[in-house]
Amino acid sequence: MSVLADAGLVAAKDLRIEARSRVTLAQVLPFGIIVLLLFAFALDPDRGRLAAVAPGLFWVAVMLAALLAIGRSFAIEQLHGARDGLRLSGIDGAAVFLGKAAAIAAQLAVLEVLLGLGVAALYGVDVTSVVVLVAAGMAATAGLAATGTLFGVLAAGLRLRETLLPLLLLPVITPVMLGATRAFESGLGGDPAEGWPWIALLGAFAGLYLAVGVLAFGSLWEDA
Amino acid sequence: MMPLVHLRSVVSLIGGFPALAGVDFDARAGEVVLITGPNGAGKTTLLRVIAGLAPVLRGEVMVEGRDVVADRTAARRSLALVAHDTFCYDDLTARENLRFAARASGRDRAAADAALERCGLTRQARVTHGGLSAGQRRRLALGVALVREPTLWLLDEPHAGLDAHGRALLDDIVTGAAGSGGTVVLASHELGLARPLATREVTLAGGRVTSSTDAPGPTDPRPSTTPGDGRDAGGTGSAGGPAKPSERERAR
Repeated sequence: MSVLADAGLVAAKDLRIEARSRVTLAQVLPFGIIVLLLFAFALDPDRGRLAAVAPGLFWVAVMLAALLAIGRSFAIEQLHGARDGLRLSGIDGAAVFLGKAAAIAAQLAVLEVLLGLGVAALYGVDVTSVVVLVAAGMAATAGLAATGTLFGVLAAGLRLRETLLPLLLLPVITPVMLGATRAFESGLGGDPAEGWPWIALLGAFAGLYLAVGVLAFGSLWEDA
Repeated sequence: MMPLVHLRSVVSLIGGFPALAGVDFDARAGEVVLITGPNGAGKTTLLRVIAGLAPVLRGEVMVEGRDVVADRTAARRSLALVAHDTFCYDDLTARENLRFAARASGRDRAAADAALERCGLTRQARVTHGGLSAGQRRRLALGVALVREPTLWLLDEPHAGLDAHGRALLDDIVTGAAGSGGTVVLASHELGLARPLATREVTLAGGRVTSSTDAPGPTDPRPSTTPGDGRDAGGTGSAGGPAKPSERERAR
């Protein structure tokens, strides 16, 4: 099979497991909503300030939820030696990387839609450009999923993986957090034209880490 | 002719400890090689080295003429490993696990469904791996290996947890694989069950091969069963139940 077909197989498998176990829905989503609620309580009653910081709070909630989703993606491979089975199957490491990143991205996309609705309801934001929000969301999600998958496999083989993953990942995704927040600011009450350079940055970041992942994940997957 | 499995001076460190300390090992087509030895002798590591899952510090590991260290993906295409772990996903059903393994190995759904039936798990097709009993999981692990249609079988303590039907299935697989020109490398402590299958017995101790002796191999076609009742009988006796031609018999 081609790399893309194999990637689709891995992604479908991960999403099927998620659909059945509902970890993202039952644990990660409530976690993200609680983060949004806590910030809302902390900053209330200043509704104006809430709207101003909504983009940053949204992406902080997404980032924290992403850490859980990435950890979960590799935890399912640890149980019953499933990772060894996947390595023995002959599926190329690049296909595993793309499949896992696609599955994480799909879960994050669902989370972002639901958390976005939560932000709109709780923070009273004013949407000025849906296109900018969607484009920024897609580019940032791709970047988060790519870096998360790459660093997730690094941490997967280690005993302290739960604490190590955030330490490894958070500094690297700082450009994503910055770019996504700025792009969302332009799409939520700001000038939409100011969002596109940030979206370009997010796209470049995602492209870079997708390329690095395709090239490097196989070795990490085998040796981690 | 190059042996199907060829190891020379292989050193493998696990946790800094030399699990294999200069192993020379060959297995040819049609052989069933039984690996014996005390705990910690290096049996599991040997199988994992052949499968490309354990690190090789020094030495040469070839499977069907392919270098396992340099070209793991190609070398793995012809082999299947049945180990302590089942290599399955808890939240996928028996059928889904087999179909995933089949598609990942380039096989179709029919191969997965055939393996499901052969393992006697048709009635448990919709049960998740997490919901299967230990014995059913072991059968599913055999099914995952079956769908790969390997020429090299690596079996690590394969009799553990299997009931009489499971053991009959395992014996059928081993004799069938060897009879059709494949190779089986089998590590086991259950010598009473494993020895009758072996054509050669290799003993490991301290990460080295200490002896290699020929064995008579399977003498009589053993009665085979259709393991289809879906329950673990839990017995320890030999295979019973209605007989059907084994793979070995069919290969003749």
